Amino acid sequence: MTTLLRCHKGIGPAVTGTALVAKDNFSARYDLDRKRGTFSRPSHTLAGQSYAGKILVLDTAKGGVATAWMLHEMKTRGIVPLALVFNRVNPILAQGAAFGDLTMVDRFDGDVTDLIQTGDRLRIDPAAGTVEILNR
Amino acid sequence: MRLTDEEQAMLAGEAGEPRRWAIRHQIAVGEFFDAADLIPVSQAHIMADTESLGEAGVAFLETLATAPEAERRVQIPTLTDPRGLDFQTYKRLGQTEAMATLEARTIAALKSFGVLMTDTCINYQTIMPPTRGEHLAMGDTGVVIYSNSVFGARSNFEGGPSALAAALTGRTPRYGYHLDECRRPTRRFRLAAQPRDLSEWGALGGIVGRECGSYWEVPLIEGIDSPPGSDALKHLGTAMASYGSTALLHIPGITPEADDMDRRPLAGMPAGRRRSEPIGRAEIDVFVAAYGATGDKVDVVVFAAPHLSLVEMAAVADALAGREVHAGTTLLVATSPEIKHAADRMGLTGRIEAAGAIVAAGICFYQSYAGEMAEANGWKRLLTNSAKLVNIIGGYGYRPTLLSLERCVDSAIAGRVV
Repeated sequence: MTTLLRCHKGIGPAVTGTALVAKDNFSARYDLDRKRGTFSRPSHTLAGQSYAGKILVLDTAKGGVATAWMLHEMKTRGIVPLALVFNRVNPILAQGAAFGDLTMVDRFDGDVTDLIQTGDRLRIDPAAGTVEILNR
Repeated sequence: MRLTDEEQAMLAGEAGEPRRWAIRHQIAVGEFFDAADLIPVSQAHIMADTESLGEAGVAFLETLATAPEAERRVQIPTLTDPRGLDFQTYKRLGQTEAMATLEARTIAALKSFGVLMTDTCINYQTIMPPTRGEHLAMGDTGVVIYSNSVFGARSNFEGGPSALAAALTGRTPRYGYHLDECRRPTRRFRLAAQPRDLSEWGALGGIVGRECGSYWEVPLIEGIDSPPGSDALKHLGTAMASYGSTALLHIPGITPEADDMDRRPLAGMPAGRRRSEPIGRAEIDVFVAAYGATGDKVDVVVFAAPHLSLVEMAAVADALAGREVHAGTTLLVATSPEIKHAADRMGLTGRIEAAGAIVAAGICFYQSYAGEMAEANGWKRLLTNSAKLVNIIGGYGYRPTLLSLERCVDSAIAGRVV
């Protein structure tokens, strides 16, 4: 039994992994301790949690332009989310995903932070514009 | 996406590897946003601080810079956003030789593309203000919102790789704020109180930005009595862009497109799109109070983010009024190299540094290894009049407080929050 979610055509390779979900927004500069691979902003719902290797499911992007470089830098060190799944991203996240060849999709029917739960196993196919929830 | 013959040639590698990489990147981004084609741009502005680039980003620039000169030269005037390190001040700020080495490598690579090292986020005040309708590839959120809103120019947020790509191709994908349909107001706000200083203009930007909460929302703000001037709009816009990822705002009577647009749809804007209550004194005070810390020891006072105009530099010098900064507190002022030269010439730098403060050129604090500086100097409590900075700096382990310029200076002298 799986559930298929449709989204806009995305960026990066197809991947399978585990979801980490919050209704918060995202900026690599504002929110992350990129050395430890954890959320460092005290007010972020995911504060203290590790993002390495996870599929981050969040609402939208916030703030500055640094994320465009940072996703690439994080990926070369291997301490990086496996993929980014958002309701709607801004240009910086799209540019960062394109530059870093990181899997990213957005624009679903409905609120993706409600449709997906932390711990769900997901298969993301950016070229097809689909996210499959494998466990339910 | 539709590509011209020249663009097809770039994609085929006929114009060299840097332009092939650039246009491929632009097509990936453009297709993600359903761009129909690429549009010529007249300026690019690259954010390339070394903390964000890391070794990987610097190595990427250096590899691209090995192409023959004809293949790597930028095609349009291309400026830089603040750097990670000022070679004149980095030792005093606790930055390391490794950071300086990475910085020097980045500067060498950027120069080899023909980039103009302006190192500033206030290029719209100091270098080349955009004009209405000009399509741009601006690489700093504060620069984008000011260029779009105050001048009526057209830019999306262009992160470092994308701004470099635009510089190399002379184009950018046509989506977002290049398109008329994205520039109409989607949210409506009304003011019932006027911000009293730059920190409060930033607070207003923070309130509106937080409520908009998305790059694709365009706020219209009514009730601003009179034109507040360039520095106030600068703080309003940078804070709004920081809190909300906002890229365009309209103010009737002040910003050009607000007055030219068809205002009839605004009257019928659905209730959810209109803030029901006006933003008043209480809202501004609550926003500022959330960062309050009266009585706390002050570790560092920062005037930056955005860079200070010459007028702000003079205001800092005047506020210091010949007094000395407390021995346990660092006061840092960051501005652009152009303004620093002017401030040197006019004696402002001398007056500020005579108080024991540091004037840095071309850095903007949060882009300058803020976490490492906090560790090296034992900094925790940070005071600033920049709402943008208080929003960002918490993630780097600081406890930020937002106050007026004058109260920041008084606190720096007292060594505690007054």
